[in-house]
Amino acid sequence: MQIPPQASERHTLSVTVDNEAGILARIAGMFSARGYNIESLTVADVTEDAAISRITVVTSGPPSVIEQIIAQLDRLVPVHRVTDLTAWGPHVTRELALVKVAGVGDHRIEAMRLAEVYRARVVDATIGSFVFEVTGTPEKIDKFTELMREVGLVEVARTGVVAITRGREAV
Amino acid sequence: MTAERSGAEILIQALTDLGVEVVFGYPGGAVLPIYDALFRQDKIRHILVRQEGGAAHAAEGYARATGKPGVVLVTSGPGATNAVTGIADALMDSIPMVVITGQVPTALIGTDAFQECDTVGITRHCTKHNYLVKDPARIGEVVHEAFHIATSGRPGPVVIDLPKDVQVATAGYTRPDAPVAHRSYKPQVNPDARLIEAAVEMLAAAERPILYTGGGIINAGPTASLMLQQLQALCGAPVTSTLMGLGCFPASHPAFLGMLGMHGTYEANHSMHDADLILCLGARFDDRVTGRLDAFSPKSKKIHVDIDRSSINKNVRVDLGIVGDVGVAMADMVALWKARGHERQDLTPWFARIDGWRAKQSLAYPPSVAEIMPQHAIKRLWAATNHLSPIISTEVGQHQMWAAQHFDFERPNKWLTSGGLGTMGYGLPAAIGAQIGFPDALVIDIAGEASIQMNIQEMATALQYELPVKVFILNNEYMGMVRQWQDLTYAGRHSHSYSEALPDFVKLAEAYGWTGIRIQKPDELDDGIAQMLAVKGPVMVDCRVSKMTNCFPMIPSGAAHTEMLMQAEEVSGEMDDAARALV
Repeated sequence: MQIPPQASERHTLSVTVDNEAGILARIAGMFSARGYNIESLTVADVTEDAAISRITVVTSGPPSVIEQIIAQLDRLVPVHRVTDLTAWGPHVTRELALVKVAGVGDHRIEAMRLAEVYRARVVDATIGSFVFEVTGTPEKIDKFTELMREVGLVEVARTGVVAITRGREAV
Repeated sequence: MTAERSGAEILIQALTDLGVEVVFGYPGGAVLPIYDALFRQDKIRHILVRQEGGAAHAAEGYARATGKPGVVLVTSGPGATNAVTGIADALMDSIPMVVITGQVPTALIGTDAFQECDTVGITRHCTKHNYLVKDPARIGEVVHEAFHIATSGRPGPVVIDLPKDVQVATAGYTRPDAPVAHRSYKPQVNPDARLIEAAVEMLAAAERPILYTGGGIINAGPTASLMLQQLQALCGAPVTSTLMGLGCFPASHPAFLGMLGMHGTYEANHSMHDADLILCLGARFDDRVTGRLDAFSPKSKKIHVDIDRSSINKNVRVDLGIVGDVGVAMADMVALWKARGHERQDLTPWFARIDGWRAKQSLAYPPSVAEIMPQHAIKRLWAATNHLSPIISTEVGQHQMWAAQHFDFERPNKWLTSGGLGTMGYGLPAAIGAQIGFPDALVIDIAGEASIQMNIQEMATALQYELPVKVFILNNEYMGMVRQWQDLTYAGRHSHSYSEALPDFVKLAEAYGWTGIRIQKPDELDDGIAQMLAVKGPVMVDCRVSKMTNCFPMIPSGAAHTEMLMQAEEVSGEMDDAARALV
């Protein structure tokens, strides 16, 4: 017996929640309990009094599943608002990565050159290594780490995606 | 600010202020301060169960019968974990319930302390919401908020975990004047007027409409059931009900088609399949109702009224989704229908077709003089008791489906059953909870001999509080529904579905201080039931029924509404892997 696959699309959701103990477990647990994907999840408080956190979730699934994810998030008691940024329209998506590269000679020079092209900053340097800080879309960071692999990539740390709509309106 | 008092006293005061009359519980180390506070007051009655799972189901039964939230009090660790099944059950069936669990002192949380478990972690996804309260000053506010959340919107269970030191520490408590608007939780009660208008126009134009009603109507209160009758009287549509909705529309009404779904009637399922409009009221297109989704009611427009937005378009895509309280929505529809002066369509051809399906007599069963047919036992029980408008609870399995098929309900809040989670062991504690709510009512748990043993210890609770509950066991010595599926799917290989060592239920009843009655032959049935009803105290009836009878009609898992099995002879015997993978 085979389990048939379904066509899926990727959506970026912005979720504002009460900044309380266990809220991340509530959100992440809802995804795992109902079998939904989390491709990226970031969270930080965003109001002056630190009472509200903003969670950015990148998820994927068929349109009906995306609709369910939004409804299921929305009915959690501490959730204030769920916005599907992908459905909303133009929005800016950014991720930050720290990329450690080790090497000498040509590899080291090539790494520096590529970093300049990708506007990555050097945040740590030793005789044999660099740590680059790079921001951009997840695709840009994928590309950068892929190139770094050729010139001595040691390890990568990524933040996951944050996103905001373009224009003057708040969600 | 009032005088300081302990967290435990604040809890009891808040419960009292909320009008709580009864708490189902079991004491233990981590709730001793609360039990002491309970001891020193006389407003709240405490019902001591025999296992915490019994407390949760009793609270469910109380809530389902009275419409008030059920309250549970248990200790930390095993107290909380024992209650989890009842909590999950309440979530699935949308039962308002508040569960207070003791917790180890805050300083010991996370140290694997004695009787510690991560109660909020364990219950996070089987509650509507839960709290760990670390500050006694927050207890009052949390308790009031918990009741608001448990009872509003789509009702459900809320857990409040209270560490022991927080129960002992002191703080002030002021009773809130009015329910404070919640920061983020704002269930939509009033439906959008434009959507109601669209629904009424669709209903008025339909030639083959059907009202598909569910437990949400019971949750919306008795006035919602009256509103359903008004709406039906206006539009004339036939009415079917889910397992959870039985009683929201009178079974004796000529437009009632009986239950739909896996063990529903032929006429209900065929009407759903051939309808041109389904108006779903407080039901959720559960897999037991829809059968195979791609064959579900292909020709109909569908309207879904639900207070939980996430229920709409979850399993079945609908043409019109309306978020709101189903009672309010029906009242709005009735008002608008009258205001527009709609005339109902001529539904004669539709009812003529329905009569054709009814003629199939899908609930008929082969009579027997040698043995008691379980369906017959239910019908006789109904005949002997329906004038008393009894409250019926059930366990889970064949007996539950037979009760749903053959025991007719005229009113809401009379039928207590575990629908979503399907919890064996629900019926006896639920009957106890209902009897606490209605001491003078006739409360009967229609049980199976396997299910009843899952919470058999609660017989002692009934005795202690002099609750005259009746347990009517349809004893076929099998886990009948398991056996039925093994007959259907595994060529009758009865793997571990036979109970080789059953207790003598009559002696068991006597050991617990109950009256025990055994019914073995068809001609003993009516006398046995009369005997049961004549006893003032609790009675357990061991009714020996036909052992191999299976429950029909049935839509096999993964089949369409039009592919019902009517009789045992139609059972194929073996199924492929795809069918075996279905629940």
